[in-house]
Amino acid sequence: MSEKKFSKKHEWVSLEGDIATVGITKHATELLGDIVFAEVPDPGKSVEKDGQAAVVESTKAASDVYSPISGEITEGNKAIVDDPSSINTDPEGASWFFKLKMKDKGEFDSLMSKEEYDKFCKDNPN
Amino acid sequence: MEVQKTALYQIHKNLGAKFVPFAGYEMPIQYKDGIVKEHISTRTYAGFFDVSHMGQFFLEGDETLTEALEKIIPADLKSLKLNHSKYSFLLNNDGGIIDDLIVTKTKKGFCIILNAACKENDIKQISKFLGNNHKYLLNNDLSLIALQGPKSVGILEKLIPGVSDLKFMTGNNFNYDNDNLYITRSGYTGEDGFEISISNKKVEKLVNFLISNEVKPIGLGARDTLRLEAGLCLYGHDLNEKINPIEANLKWAIAKKRKNVGGFNGWDKIKSLLDNGSEKIRVGIKPDGKVIARENTKIFSTDGNEIGLVTSGTFGPSVNAPVAMGYVKSNFAKVGTLIKLEVRGKKYGGKVSELPFYKKNYVK
Repeated sequence: MSEKKFSKKHEWVSLEGDIATVGITKHATELLGDIVFAEVPDPGKSVEKDGQAAVVESTKAASDVYSPISGEITEGNKAIVDDPSSINTDPEGASWFFKLKMKDKGEFDSLMSKEEYDKFCKDNPN
Repeated sequence: MEVQKTALYQIHKNLGAKFVPFAGYEMPIQYKDGIVKEHISTRTYAGFFDVSHMGQFFLEGDETLTEALEKIIPADLKSLKLNHSKYSFLLNNDGGIIDDLIVTKTKKGFCIILNAACKENDIKQISKFLGNNHKYLLNNDLSLIALQGPKSVGILEKLIPGVSDLKFMTGNNFNYDNDNLYITRSGYTGEDGFEISISNKKVEKLVNFLISNEVKPIGLGARDTLRLEAGLCLYGHDLNEKINPIEANLKWAIAKKRKNVGGFNGWDKIKSLLDNGSEKIRVGIKPDGKVIARENTKIFSTDGNEIGLVTSGTFGPSVNAPVAMGYVKSNFAKVGTLIKLEVRGKKYGGKVSELPFYKKNYVK
C-alpha cells in the first residue's frame, strides 16, 4: 500500500515509486463547502514545493491548490474538471488533482503523517 | 462597533449555522446542508431566511409626507394604493443610488425595507426632507423572515389563513398568536413567497412552525446564488452611489409619471440619460464552460479592449452553470454579444445574456 502524507495547506500526497498523487483533504472540502469549479495543471509543467499548482472554487470563493512537493506534472485529473462536485464526495480517492514525478523524496518525508495531520486540524479548526 | 445579533441567533446556532460578519451583524452564511442544497430546496420546496438585519423603517404623516418622500424616491407614491409595494431607490443629487428598497403604503404612511449596511445613512438622508409633522421609527423590536419557494403558500396558509389571497407585491396585517403580523408577498429569490414582519418575541415560534413543516433554514450564501439567478441586484456590489438607475438597467422602477414630471433628486441627470442613453449598462453574463467570473473580473471585447467589470458572479445551482452580472459599455450590451472574461490572468469566453437566468412566475 502506498504511503499517504499531509500538508498544512490541507493537501494529501500518496507515493508510488517516484510518482506522487496530490489532492485536497476531506477536511479542506468541509471548509470550502460545495465545490463548483476545478482547474488542474497540464502535463510537463514543473511545480515547486508550496507553489500554486491548481485551483478549486466553491460557491463562496476561489482557492489555490499548492503542490506540497516539487516535481514535473505527469497528469491532471480531467474527471474533476468535468464534475467538480465529485471532489466533495471522494476527495481522498478518485478525485485527486494531479500526479507529478517527484524530485526530492526528502520533501515527501517531511510532510505530516495522518495522525499528525488530524491533530493539526483539531488545533487549527479554521 | 459591537457586533449585533438577530433574535434568532441561538436558533441558527442550534441549526448548525456557520456565521459571518455582515453589515455589523453576525449572520448565517450557510447551515449543515451547504449552499447548493439550500438553494435547491428553496427552488423545489421552501426555505426560510432570517433577514432581520434589514431595516424596517416606518413613517407616519399626511400628504406632505408623501411629497417629502417623493423628493428622494422616484416611485409614484401618491398613487400607491394601501398595502401595495414598489421596488425603488433613494437617490442622491447626481441620480446615484444611495440604497435600493421596497416601499409599502400603510394606513398611517409608509413602511420602507432598507439594506442593513445602509439603513443608518438612509434614515439620515430621508430625514433631511421630513418636516416636524412627520414621525419616523426604525423598528428594532421586529424581526423579518422571508419564506420563499413553491410550497411557501400552502405551508403559511395553514398557520395564517388568508395569506394565499395576497398578490405579488401586496401585503396586509394578519393575526398570529395574539400578535399583529405584517406580511407581504415578495422576496429576493425569483420564487413565490412572503416576507413576514413579526415581533422579536414571537419569531422563534413562527420559525419552529416552519421547521416542523420541513422548511429548511437558508443562509446568506444561497440567498446570493438565488438572487443572482433571478437577476436581482445586491447593493454595494451591483449598485452604489456612483451608479444611477438607468445604468443599472432599472429604469422600469422609476414611475412613468415621475420620469416625465421629475421633482426628485438627480432627475436632470436621469432625464438626460433617458433621452440619450447611458455610457455603460448592467447586463447578465454567462461565462463559457465552468469558469466563474467573480466580482471585479475585467470584461473585454473579442478584439481585446477592456469594456467593463463584473459586479456579481457565482455558480448558479439551478442553471447548473456559472452566472454573473456586470457593467459593460452600452454598445456591447446586446444579448448574445461575445465577450472575454479575465480570470486569474487568463481570458475566457462568455456572452451577454438575458436576465433573469432563472425565471418563475409570480402570483399576480
